[in-house]
Amino acid sequence: MNPLFIESATPLDLAEHKTPEESYTLGPIQTGPPCCVPRTLFSIKNLSLNYGSTPALKNISLDIYEGCITALIGPSGCGKTSFLSTLNRLTDMIPDCKVTGDIRFNDINLRSSQLDVLNLRRDIGMIFQKTMPFPLSIRRNIELPLREHGINKNSELNVILQQVLQDVGLWEEVKDRLDSSALALSGGQQQRLCIARALALQPKVLLMDEPCSALDPLSSAVVEDLINRLRGRYTIIIVTHNLAQAKRIANYAGFFWVSERAGCLIEFGQCKQIFEAPAHELTAAYVNGSRG
Amino acid sequence: MSKNGIATFLIWLSACLVTGVFLCLLMDIISQGLAGLSWAYLVESPQDAGRSGGIASIIVSSGLILLVAIATAAPLGLATAVLLTEFTTQNSTFGRFVERSLDVLAGIPSIVFGLFGNAFFCIYLGLGFSMLSGGLTLACMVLPILIRSATEGLRSTPNDYRLSAAALGMTRTSALIHLLLPTAIPALVAGLMLGIGRAGAETAALIFTSGYVDRMPDSLMDSGRALSVHIYDLSMNVAGGDANANSAALVLITFLFIINSVSSSLANHWMHRRIIRL
Repeated sequence: MNPLFIESATPLDLAEHKTPEESYTLGPIQTGPPCCVPRTLFSIKNLSLNYGSTPALKNISLDIYEGCITALIGPSGCGKTSFLSTLNRLTDMIPDCKVTGDIRFNDINLRSSQLDVLNLRRDIGMIFQKTMPFPLSIRRNIELPLREHGINKNSELNVILQQVLQDVGLWEEVKDRLDSSALALSGGQQQRLCIARALALQPKVLLMDEPCSALDPLSSAVVEDLINRLRGRYTIIIVTHNLAQAKRIANYAGFFWVSERAGCLIEFGQCKQIFEAPAHELTAAYVNGSRG
Repeated sequence: MSKNGIATFLIWLSACLVTGVFLCLLMDIISQGLAGLSWAYLVESPQDAGRSGGIASIIVSSGLILLVAIATAAPLGLATAVLLTEFTTQNSTFGRFVERSLDVLAGIPSIVFGLFGNAFFCIYLGLGFSMLSGGLTLACMVLPILIRSATEGLRSTPNDYRLSAAALGMTRTSALIHLLLPTAIPALVAGLMLGIGRAGAETAALIFTSGYVDRMPDSLMDSGRALSVHIYDLSMNVAGGDANANSAALVLITFLFIINSVSSSLANHWMHRRIIRL
């Protein structure tokens, strides 16, 4: 059994370390739950991003801590998605997209041209707002990327398939129709399948771009619950417009805002502080719903 | 009559005119060609310059010419389409140049292709009047159709597939083979059928390249007469060949009709089959 996969009884029992009232925050880092090793996984300094001559992000600096859920909030069009895409170099796919600044992941320079991008993306999974299962069977959806990374043995593939589908709570629902189309699944199931597909590659990080916003409230709750269970095992960076959700699940939160027509990071800190004692007046206005 | 009424009337009128012309043509060919059509007509060799006998050798030559044309044009066309959609950006100078050239190529009259084929394949490359020359000339002619439809097909595949495949650490080639090409298959097949239809009906480009010889061909280097050339020859150069020209035309139209129906039903079939098994 691979230790990286979550079992229903997680060795990190988060409930021990948190009282329900504080479930969304870490408290001081020293006393935080073990999910939040105060170890910087991503270190981002002065990140700017331009599409052609149009700036999309300006001077973003922040650290992402290992094992935590970091929520990025802010109005539409303030560059949160662009920011996520810089972290797994998906920006490479966009013509005339230019990234400057310093991004380090585990002390590796993410902007280096010698970086093995395919392996990087294996380490840093991404979940998109629109559910994106491939037009293949459920099984093939999980297997295709695995085979791409050299895992070809059927016995091995079957074990991984079952593990990841169990991890996302989809196994019982689909175990009898693994070979039927993934497109026939409901929206929530599709999104969980996409998460399973990313988990199958044993990533260290999951980038989630509004993973719940295309789902109905019930499916959204299921996915949110899943994200919560992934805490500690994976470092999660989630973009969300649902402030209540950010408040419920995140350890850290960053607030983005558009200023001078480019997205910038107004405030970054522990989730509780951002929501309850924001330092910046824009943050306060946004989280209280009076702006944005 | 209201403005709307006039517009409706005109639209219906033009639709009826178009269909009417097609039906007239079809009725004429059927009424004059059906009588000469028989199993023997399809399997016997032409005699007396085509006035009597059948069209067996003509059908074989047509098939071989088509085969050469499609076998050459399909891989070239697919490769070009992949290059244009996946490996160049839509507004790159090179991509725009290639697409503009294709548009021009698509508009060139087939007789010009015939002369080009004659000069280049028959004389310069020394292939002579042969089905190989004819097929290669047709390949040049249908290339723009194939590339255009394959490009459209690949461009209409959801960009999401490219993004999610990349986010899973898959290479572009692998995304192309496992996701994009299978998704684009309806368009690829439709384009292929369109190309076959166009090539199958071509006359002018073949007269100067694959020639007139109506014997059963021994190899691709033989001259061979395509069905459309046969029809042209019978109705223009052979006195008393009209009846057989009509029968040959009926065979050709039936073939084109089948190709058309097969392509549209294949496209539909793939469209409705929501899962691609690999």
